[in-house]
Amino acid sequence: MPLITYREALNQALAEELERDPNVVLMGEEVGQFHGAYKISEGLLDRFGPKRVVDTPISEAGFVGLGVGAAMMGLRPVIELMFWSFYSVAFDQILNNAANLRYMSGGLVNVPIVIRGPANGGTGVGATHSHTPENILASHPGIKVVCPATAFDAKGLLKSAIRDNDPVMFLENTILYNDKGEVPAGEYLIPLGLADVKRTGTDLSIIAHGRAVINSLKAAQLLEAEHDVSVEVVDLRSIRPLDVETILASVRKTNRALLVDENKPFCGVGAQVAYLIQDRAFDYLDAPVKRLSAIDAPAIYSPPLEKEQLPSPQRITETVLSML
Amino acid sequence: MSKPQTAILDPKAAAAASPACLAPVNARLTQAERLGLFRLMMRIRRFEERCLRAYQQGRIAGFLHLYIGQEAVAVGCCSVMQADDHVITAYRDHGHALAVGMNPNELMAELYGKASGCSKGKGGSMHFFDPSRHFWGGHGIVGGQVPLGAGIAFALKYQGVKGACLTFMGDGAVNQGAVHETYNLAALWSLPVVFVIENNGYSMGTSLRRSSAGPGLAKRAEGYGMTWEVCDGHDLYEVREKTDRLLQRAREKSQPAVLEVMTYRYRGHSVADPDSTYRTKEEIENYRRTKDPLTLIHETLVAEGVLTEDLAKEIDTAARAEAERAAQFAEASPFPTSEEILKDLYWEEDNPARKQSQGQLFFR
Repeated sequence: MPLITYREALNQALAEELERDPNVVLMGEEVGQFHGAYKISEGLLDRFGPKRVVDTPISEAGFVGLGVGAAMMGLRPVIELMFWSFYSVAFDQILNNAANLRYMSGGLVNVPIVIRGPANGGTGVGATHSHTPENILASHPGIKVVCPATAFDAKGLLKSAIRDNDPVMFLENTILYNDKGEVPAGEYLIPLGLADVKRTGTDLSIIAHGRAVINSLKAAQLLEAEHDVSVEVVDLRSIRPLDVETILASVRKTNRALLVDENKPFCGVGAQVAYLIQDRAFDYLDAPVKRLSAIDAPAIYSPPLEKEQLPSPQRITETVLSML
Repeated sequence: MSKPQTAILDPKAAAAASPACLAPVNARLTQAERLGLFRLMMRIRRFEERCLRAYQQGRIAGFLHLYIGQEAVAVGCCSVMQADDHVITAYRDHGHALAVGMNPNELMAELYGKASGCSKGKGGSMHFFDPSRHFWGGHGIVGGQVPLGAGIAFALKYQGVKGACLTFMGDGAVNQGAVHETYNLAALWSLPVVFVIENNGYSMGTSLRRSSAGPGLAKRAEGYGMTWEVCDGHDLYEVREKTDRLLQRAREKSQPAVLEVMTYRYRGHSVADPDSTYRTKEEIENYRRTKDPLTLIHETLVAEGVLTEDLAKEIDTAARAEAERAAQFAEASPFPTSEEILKDLYWEEDNPARKQSQGQLFFR
């Protein structure tokens, strides 16, 4: 299989869906002439023209809302947020309009929109640009939320998201954009709501999403090599819908669960997963469920401290060892 | 069959009542069409009055933003829409819903929270929808629907359809950021959208003077290079004339515009508003006496020889009866069942045969 970057995988997904469906339109700041602030849309303007790849002014509430209106009419807008952090200025359009329209209309109106872009800290851009809103988005019924960790997942999930008839929030990670992975050359889809066991193990389950999966896999390697501990790593891939069965199956097997995410601890995704585990797999637990999140402060700028603020392979390793 | 009657019996008297009656879009109206517009305005007024009674009787929950006094705006604007035109509005949406032809029974049932409501009792007063009539809501957040209106226009242009989107907002919406962002996008991309500001003078309890800077609300369009007009919203014919012109331009040249329609509401912002702190009773009375849109169209139609006092009474009686039937329909309808809480949320859940995703979508 070809080895391509997470960035290229997203680019392929967009190109294939633009090619397949004339109703797909990509819209956002710098997606066209500039080739994308992070080059996700590189080459797409040349290939599909300015009708399908639309540069917008810096005006998130305007163009996200415009995308919602266009989606009601049957287009499939893929809206790029240069950073997911900017969702806050379009909050009403996403979480009042996109999320609620179908419900408030008694099922008469559909909003097949995808809003995508990077949502991560760890890049020295300070608190305003480092938000990870997957928990906030997922707490709004009507919305679907996806957080791919690998190139393979990014492509298959983005294609599914674009074909989905409900609003899908697609959260990427700038630090992963250059990560390479094996991606089939041909067409494939990964259904939303299907977790992936990225590594099998017997002593403890790590449940994570996004870049936390990559760091958990590094920790699992270390734990095996240096401590003879066998860790299973479950990649949620999708936050809502959530693959609860795969989470429970893993915990029932290993009897221990550590929930890792780069989000802040209060009401993070891990909080919901912890509740689900205690509710449905309590009798299988040999230890309390633990969570490892970002240290509970706005994203700090100072590079060494920013690194420390996010769950690192080392912190994950230490936490696993404390649970055994 | 006789030819449709378009001749105005007394054009001079009619033109004195409403100069716009001579504009082609109005001059070509048949007598039946003129009466139809009057009937529609009357139906909206009586529907709203019946809603108020139902609210006072505790049948309707939450907010109730009545359209009484503004009838000529929705009726005038929507009556010049063509087959490919669309409309979206804010939370004072009952008049627009009736103007596009929605059934008063399903509107009243929606207000009562009943399963037979237009949104199955899930949206309420501020959230009426009927995509089959190109009516895209009914939106609760001030200004929040305005980007959606531009999106509808964007889709029309993208699909190569010669239609336009009437995007209504109140005078309270014009200071919201989303509105200005949308103005910019609409002008930048030449979208076929007509923004209609229904200026009733008050954003809730704050008068225009206390809320909005500058020489006029529509004039702000100049900053975006958009055409704008101001219109007397009490005069049905003038609303039709100005809306028609801007809609045609939007359809044919794909050019956006702003139309500020001067109107007035007789009731509070919502009926929970005591309506005694920010304006005087005399002001309301003065509007009622001198500018009431129903009185104006009544007088115009009488001058045209289209309407008689007897016929007006008949239309009024029928409108009251229709509103009463709607209330009875709503009263007799069942509430939605508990299972309905989780339906109409995700398309996929409601279409299980075509479901692609897996996993759990709902949580406890």
